[in-house]
Amino acid sequence: MTAYDTAYDPAYGAADGIGGTVVEIASADGWTPVCRLDDLIPGRGVAALVDGAQVAVFRGLGDEVYAVGNLDPFSGAYVISRGIVGSRGGVPMVMSPMYKEAFDLRTGLCLDADDEAVALPVYQVRVQTAVAAEVG
Amino acid sequence: MIKSSSPSPEPVADGRKRLVLVGHGMVGQRFLEALVERGAADWQVTVLCEEPRAAYDRVHLTSYFSGTSADELSMVPAGFLDEHGIDLRLGDPAAAIDRAARTVTGRSGEVFGYDALVLATGSYPFVPPVPGHDADGCFVYRTIEDLEAIEEWAKGARTGAVVGGGLLGLEAAGALKAMGLDTHVVEFAPRLMAIQVDEGGGAALRRKIEELGVTVHAGAGTQEIGVGADGRAATMALSNGETLDVDLVIFSAGVRPRDQLARESGLDVGERGGIAVDENCRTSDPSIWAIGECALASDGRVYGLVAPGYQMAETVAHELTGGSGSFTGADTSTKLKLLGVDVASFGDAHGTSEGCLEVVYSNSREGVYKKLVVTAEGVLLGGVLVGDAGSYDLLRPLCLSGAVLPAPPEQLVLPESAGAPIAIGASALPDDALVCSCHNVTKGKIRAAVNDEGCADVPAVKKCTRAGTGCGSCVKMLTTIVQDELAANGVEVAKGLCEHFEHTRAELFEIVQVRGITSFRRLIEEHGTGSGCDICKPAVASILASLANGHILDGEQASLQDTNDHFLANLQRNGSYSVVPRIPGGEITPEGLIVIGEIARDFGLYTKITGGQRIDMFGASVDQLPLIWKRLVDAGFESGHAYGKALRTVKSCVGETWCRYGVQDSVGMAIELELRYRGLRSPHKLKSAVSGCARECAEAQSKDFGVIATSTGWNLYVGGNGGMTPRHADLLAADLDRETLLRTIDRFLMFYIRTADRLERTAPWVERMEGGLDHLRAVIMDDSLGICDDLDELMQRHVETYEDEWRATIEDPERLRRFVSFVNAPGTPDPTVTFVPERDQIRPAKPGEEGLPLATAGLIAGPTLEVRTS
Repeated sequence: MTAYDTAYDPAYGAADGIGGTVVEIASADGWTPVCRLDDLIPGRGVAALVDGAQVAVFRGLGDEVYAVGNLDPFSGAYVISRGIVGSRGGVPMVMSPMYKEAFDLRTGLCLDADDEAVALPVYQVRVQTAVAAEVG
Repeated sequence: MIKSSSPSPEPVADGRKRLVLVGHGMVGQRFLEALVERGAADWQVTVLCEEPRAAYDRVHLTSYFSGTSADELSMVPAGFLDEHGIDLRLGDPAAAIDRAARTVTGRSGEVFGYDALVLATGSYPFVPPVPGHDADGCFVYRTIEDLEAIEEWAKGARTGAVVGGGLLGLEAAGALKAMGLDTHVVEFAPRLMAIQVDEGGGAALRRKIEELGVTVHAGAGTQEIGVGADGRAATMALSNGETLDVDLVIFSAGVRPRDQLARESGLDVGERGGIAVDENCRTSDPSIWAIGECALASDGRVYGLVAPGYQMAETVAHELTGGSGSFTGADTSTKLKLLGVDVASFGDAHGTSEGCLEVVYSNSREGVYKKLVVTAEGVLLGGVLVGDAGSYDLLRPLCLSGAVLPAPPEQLVLPESAGAPIAIGASALPDDALVCSCHNVTKGKIRAAVNDEGCADVPAVKKCTRAGTGCGSCVKMLTTIVQDELAANGVEVAKGLCEHFEHTRAELFEIVQVRGITSFRRLIEEHGTGSGCDICKPAVASILASLANGHILDGEQASLQDTNDHFLANLQRNGSYSVVPRIPGGEITPEGLIVIGEIARDFGLYTKITGGQRIDMFGASVDQLPLIWKRLVDAGFESGHAYGKALRTVKSCVGETWCRYGVQDSVGMAIELELRYRGLRSPHKLKSAVSGCARECAEAQSKDFGVIATSTGWNLYVGGNGGMTPRHADLLAADLDRETLLRTIDRFLMFYIRTADRLERTAPWVERMEGGLDHLRAVIMDDSLGICDDLDELMQRHVETYEDEWRATIEDPERLRRFVSFVNAPGTPDPTVTFVPERDQIRPAKPGEEGLPLATAGLIAGPTLEVRTS
């Protein structure tokens, strides 16, 4: 494959010490930093690998942050992080880009199906302003 | 098809009965449609038609002069006759009926046996027997052939006169005027449209018509057509002493029922013509029926309008399919636009009812005349509207219902600017008020469709009741009734975009444009609530992009896009994306093909030719998209916007450059159009095509805007659609030169972008437009709303500021940062996206199937793929 310099920020995604205000996901070993808050566009998500699991991390229109599983239970594809974020009747939600089901970002429950079998797993997430990685 | 061609026909071998229809006009065709709708399996149907073509829309005959082709006027759906096994004999009119033998003999000499015979012979134009009436240059106005002859003759003519100032006469005068002739109308009665309008209305109409440059001679008879030495009409002597120099004369002095065939076979006919029928439309011979303009209905009238003809057609179709129908008379209300002037008349327009009262508003400065005829109790009996017929849709059903008016009649004729106008709505109509007279649908039936049949919107009600599917003039009223009914049922008919905005997309467009709003955040803070959703965010992003033309991934706009726009690629079922470079007009060099082939091979992508004449590459991960596009951009390709609600492709046929039949360079035009409108964000995707001749190999008539070459220019079609709800495009304008074509498409697209609903394709947008195509033409070709400068400027800005989204993306590190599968592990592809080989390429692995990641499947599976030898 042709090598192509995508000009990523060298500090971006570094193994340790992301620096600045950091988004962290709870994992078996404590809190895992995944990116800087500034890396998240308000109203948009990213996918992260945490202990081998795919987690979809979102930022609302303000600084609030949510984390749910990235697997869309309806399509079987790992695409939840690419959905549109918004609100439905005051409930913060993400809409799967595949077949457009909405999920409550706080509980992972599907707003279009009354069935817990299609709920997304919810991950604990926090925003930390720290210079060094916190050990929990 | 079994043909009954023996001299003494036997019943059909398969046991079916034989039905012969004489006449294939609008009413005849409607009869056939009603028959097959009700199940015509019992009948073997033969149709004898005098004209060389199948039924066409005679009501809109005049549109032939404004570019509507004979094919477009056709009333017969493609495949209709074959599908139902109907044997149509064109150019073979019935010459004789033998009632004893139950046979009809065609002009060709062929004999057709019948068990049931339906006469739909229509009427013929009355030509007053004045000297010279048959000179060269004298015409009638009834068939497409008549119009072709008039068009040909008018080329060498300077002055034309129309005998008859009725509906058809004024249409003919309009056509002559449009062909550049000095035009006269001669009417024997003291006013124009004497049957429909009263003296005041006639005067208002006359002023309007004369303003258009047509000379009106009312109260004057035609005494003689003076014929020159060459046998051509040269002068016209009128009973008032005037003599006109003329080169062309059209007789439009009324029609007479064609009852000759019935007369000769001994059927009862009326004293003043018309085949006498009973309430079931049956003639004096129980095996023979008569419908339409040739019939003298049981109420003693001959109806020269299409709607009553349709009702008769339905009646007989019921009778012949085991049901029962009746026709006892019809509403002869009329509303039309003559030479741009609204004219409507309904009920007792002349105030002939005993003890009736008249309320009149007359304004000769504005050319408006309105009269209502009421009883002393306030029941509306009839009326005349000239110059402004806006209230017709409400007044006519009120009149037919016989109910007392909901407001004083004087308030109903005043213009809005004078005094307090009373807003009476559809709710004022009683249930038995007729809303759609083409299909005889009452308000009660429409309400029942919503309440009992579960119809939840206007299209569903149209389908269920057929209301609004005839002439379409009642669609506005229909929509109001349906929405009222839904609202009464507690069904929310919010017109707003979604829960976050109470505005429609068109309203939001105006707000964004007028207030100069450039961000979603500001728009929702000032004009909405909450934080948005998948409906309003992409819709607003599209509006912002249409107006501002900035990069769609800049700043906040990035968060508004759905995933396809966010990654500038199309999401596929396993989470991978497809890539479509633009190939304008479908024209591509061998080098271009090689580059695409090499890229697809190097990345291991699946390739397929699309329906839009380009090449789609499937299976890319988000990490690969910038790498793939770097190579495409370096080779000169740019985004094809396959992911966006934007212009997709402009297909083309090969055109006159290579094709033996082509008459224009369709490829060149397609490329010009595609490059002009590339990247244009719109309420929904836009597709187009250009054909180099009338053979239409590019299928332009199934596109949002399609162009077909003519020998002298380009015909522009709009509002076509393929897919789930196919729609044939409408001819908007004919024989345009290049500049006019571009300008008209510019305005069409910008008007659509400005006023359409979210995710509304051009086809439903054109369909629901009030005033239809005429309104669209008026807005974008005659600038009736005064917005064309604005539309032109918007498009000019689009053309000048276009930039390729993918080039701009790969040149910007900030935009590139999103193209990673995992934010904390850039460069790691998603391990769950896997593929298996199939037919020498890859496809997504199915659940439970063990696949390989693309990097492996695509790069090293290639040589190990099975090679098909077939």
